[in-house]
Amino acid sequence: MSRKKEQKNIGAVMVAGGGIVGMQSALDLADSGFYVYLVEKSSSIGGAMARLDKTFPTNDCAM
Amino acid sequence: MVEVGRHPNIELITLGEILKVDGEPGNFTATIKKKPRYVDETKCIACGECVKKCPKKVPDPYNAGLIKRKAIYVQYEQAVPLKYAIDPEHCLKLTKDKCGNCEEACPTGAIDYGQKEEILEINIGAVILSSGFTPFNPSEYDNYQYSSFKNVVTAMEFERILSAAGPTQGEILTIEKEPKHPKKIAWLQCVGSRDINRAKNEYCSSVCCMYAIKESLIAKEHLGKDFEPSIFFMDIRAHGKDFEKYYERAKKEGVRFIRSRVHTISEDPKTETLRIGYLTESGKVEKEDFDMIVLSVGMTANASARQVADNLGIKLNRYNFVKTDDLMPVSTSRDGIYTAGVMQGCKDIPQSIVEASAAACYAGMKLADARGDLVKEKKFPVENSIKDQSPRIGIFVCNCGANIGGIADVKSIVEYAKTLPNVEYVTENLFTCSQDTQTNMSEIIKENKLNRIVVAACTPRTHEPLFQETLRNAGLNPYLFEMANIRNQCTWVHSKEKEKATAKAKELVKMAAARASLLEAIPDISVNVGNKALAVGGGVSGITAALSLASQGFFTTIVEKSDKLGGAAKHIAKTSNQEDVQTFLADIIEKANNHPNVEVLLNAEVTDASGFVGNFETNIIHNGEEKTLSHGIGIIATGGDATDTEEYLYGKDARVTKWNDFEKAFDKADNPQNIVFIQCVGSRDENRPYCSRVCCTSSVMKALDVKKKFPNTNVFILYRDIRTYGEKERLYKEAREAGVIFIKYDLENKPIVTSGKKYLEVKVFDPILQTNLLIEADLINLATAIAPSDNKKLAAAYKLSVNEDNFFMEAHAKLRPVDFTTDGVFVCGIAHYPKPIEESIAQAMAAASRATIILSKSSIRISPLVSSVDKEKCIGCGLCVEVCSFAAIILEDVEGKGLRAKNIEASCKGCGLCAASCPQKAIDMLHFKEKQIFASIQAAA
Ligand SMILES: Cc1cc2nc3c(=O)[nH]c(=O)nc-3n(C[C@H](O)[C@H](O)[C@H](O)COP(=O)(O)OP(=O)(O)OC[C@H]3O[C@@H](n4cnc5c(N)ncnc54)[C@H](O)[C@@H]3O)c2cc1C
Ligand code: SF4
Ligand code: SF4
Repeated sequence: MSRKKEQKNIGAVMVAGGGIVGMQSALDLADSGFYVYLVEKSSSIGGAMARLDKTFPTNDCAM
Repeated sequence: MVEVGRHPNIELITLGEILKVDGEPGNFTATIKKKPRYVDETKCIACGECVKKCPKKVPDPYNAGLIKRKAIYVQYEQAVPLKYAIDPEHCLKLTKDKCGNCEEACPTGAIDYGQKEEILEINIGAVILSSGFTPFNPSEYDNYQYSSFKNVVTAMEFERILSAAGPTQGEILTIEKEPKHPKKIAWLQCVGSRDINRAKNEYCSSVCCMYAIKESLIAKEHLGKDFEPSIFFMDIRAHGKDFEKYYERAKKEGVRFIRSRVHTISEDPKTETLRIGYLTESGKVEKEDFDMIVLSVGMTANASARQVADNLGIKLNRYNFVKTDDLMPVSTSRDGIYTAGVMQGCKDIPQSIVEASAAACYAGMKLADARGDLVKEKKFPVENSIKDQSPRIGIFVCNCGANIGGIADVKSIVEYAKTLPNVEYVTENLFTCSQDTQTNMSEIIKENKLNRIVVAACTPRTHEPLFQETLRNAGLNPYLFEMANIRNQCTWVHSKEKEKATAKAKELVKMAAARASLLEAIPDISVNVGNKALAVGGGVSGITAALSLASQGFFTTIVEKSDKLGGAAKHIAKTSNQEDVQTFLADIIEKANNHPNVEVLLNAEVTDASGFVGNFETNIIHNGEEKTLSHGIGIIATGGDATDTEEYLYGKDARVTKWNDFEKAFDKADNPQNIVFIQCVGSRDENRPYCSRVCCTSSVMKALDVKKKFPNTNVFILYRDIRTYGEKERLYKEAREAGVIFIKYDLENKPIVTSGKKYLEVKVFDPILQTNLLIEADLINLATAIAPSDNKKLAAAYKLSVNEDNFFMEAHAKLRPVDFTTDGVFVCGIAHYPKPIEESIAQAMAAASRATIILSKSSIRISPLVSSVDKEKCIGCGLCVEVCSFAAIILEDVEGKGLRAKNIEASCKGCGLCAASCPQKAIDMLHFKEKQIFASIQAAA
């Protein structure tokens, strides 16, 4: 740690954007000992992928 | 998604907008504006009564505006949180103070028109930005005729048309008064990408070729063999893992690929048929008619990205994506703030997920000393033993508003349920899942000493975890629970046959109760975790993963086969953004050699391994000596290398080089006349049906270097498709501007190289000039295929799978790109698939992030739904050991009995293959025992 201050770091992370990427970051962090605030602009999480029918190359369901 | 919504340590702030982030890394304060939902989240139970009464229709952005929704809405059925929201722009109450219907309709009083905007401040140590992208909007560009002709749609719209949950329930129909099934659909590629004239987006969006192929295949599936899909393209960019095979499959299944430039789209005003005018490769003018045109629109930087960047003071690149360095992927210009996904640049889902985990890894490294400080754990009361108790079943029948109650006769289901064996208590609820009903249910269980619970309601998919938690709150083991699916599989499908629906619901309840009588409590399983790590392979990926783990306090051993660290990167001068690879490599090698938490073993190789997540024992040979390493997780980073070839005189004529050997040959050359690069040598053919991903960019960069040194040298790149995906497209453009000549060849018509005294002669057919060219080359460089290291031994040691091309196979190609199906082992770098350095680094960090989830705990809980062996019935035949793909059953010597099967709980996935294979019926699956399953089948009979 190159920072000079003595104060301890804060064990929480803010993830901005609740699409598939934000959800993955949030889960990794929350599962490894951090508190996560997941901030999403719209009324629910899910983002673009929830809108796709099936996804390449496995053609399985996007949900 | 549901997992995120239910996670005790993830707090969702929806309708939120980040205004600013003050402070320093490790201790930031973020200010967030939270817009009102006008619905109290704690009260809304998502019954949908409000929507029925709302009179105001609004175009539905979720369905790309193709249909309407109401002013009070959820985005889609499975939304998280599943809480309604009012759209303040359209709500009659909020805009005109009329209506108020939803407030009256809501059974829980959740509607609150008076909610106000709030400003929140949160204290955090790091920030991850993942706000995505905006699809390119073609409506401003009249050449696509998107605004003029109805049957010109964007790919996003077409996705919704294909979706079973979309506006046409998945039926593909043209958009007109009398919709019909289209016979011919054309996809136009690169709409808003690779276009400097109109859209002004010079980059390639990376994903549209693949999604167009996907859409055409699915359309073909829906519309049958007479349907003719055509894709108009410049280059097909199938540069991802298994993409090339997908492309080949599409060709076989009748998708037409037309290499061309489209110049006009017109419509026959009478028949509304669309006409595409285009130029073929050889410059011929053609036209063809279609029923529908899908625009393969690219991705552009989110309009709000610029806002966020301004608010947070981070830099954007020239395309308005968040700026990062190749050698520090996902790190923004502001320390402590990271980014992932398309907000950073165009990429597909697997790569986005990799970056998501990589960003989590950076944040974890930054905040390692504060790990565990702020997390909460859910506490449950001590579990009551039900041993020796006879079953006392409680049945809760849900009306789900009118979803069930409006169709089936719930009262009669309740009366019927009371007559079933072992049933002690039956009740109905309007909404079983509502918060107060849950609290109530817990009390009822305790009061009536119920020891098996059945909920007859919606679906276990979304609601089982919730009810299981209620059981735990009441002191019951969560596996004493069974759900009867009387909504999704009953009243929804039989909404017009009310009596039949009621009868079926009764049957389903009877089946559930019969099974419930036999359910057993299953204790949690937890295993202790060793907190050391092993990285196999000491290239960029292995070193990066090791350093990421070491800096978080986890001791990591790197096992490297050769006598040096560095791997393939040793021969690479710079990244595609001209960053210096050798300085970087020297730096990480030095760090690895000196880090107290890193042990480097050169000339070392894994021979075999045993154990399971948290507890691996790996045997290695190091400098000829055998050693055993104990570790909690393993990272596979064995990379790969350029292959040799017999083609094009390689190995026979010294003027023919491959890959980075070119630089040496070129250094000696004095003002050469002609230099030829041949692409796809041994890639994308029968033997290696995959694209090596990095070679197009590498050759284009080399060609530019030649042009810089000798502007008068003719440089030719003989290619099949140029795959400078993403922002690498800029290099391709620069190369063309610098005069590099690109000539396309086909697999059926490869270039021919012969050796002359003075020159090498290259004969190639030029499809533009429609004639054979003869090039007298001074030097030829081959982009040979990149192949993985020999992975057989490792795969066997840890029970990992490899694909047909011998790259390691991840647990899920999209959603779990660094995990294996074997828990506790992760993959990164070229061992997974060829990729450029920046992607290898990101994937190595992602692997480290996933590993940290395990290493940061002293023990982990695993699913207890595993197989169990009856040692009395087992005859030790070993069939189960053979069928298990997870090495979760072994044979052990039991004294006096001989060999007997033994299950390894930590490795078992509960798939049940072993149980099905056992000739003695000695194996049963916990929670799905044969007698439990048969009880419900017999109840149905
Ligand atoms: C020919 C070629 C050209 C490239 N050009 C570029 C470029 O121009 N730009 C760019 O960005 N990227 C380029 N790349 C990609 C880049 O090199 C990789 O992304 C990166 O170096 C991969 O690192 P890695 O650690 O995954 O694999 P590697 O670098 O291959 O490292 C793997 C290491 O594991 C060791 N190993 C193998 N098997 C075992 C075993 N069983 N036990 C122990 N150790 C083992 C190997 O000896 C090696 O040291 C190129 C790759 C190749 C092959
Ligand atoms: S070449 Fe790139 S921009 Fe063009 S369609 Fe294919 S992936 Fe999209
Ligand atoms: S040269 Fe390499 S990157 Fe380009 S298409 Fe061929 S295999 Fe793919």
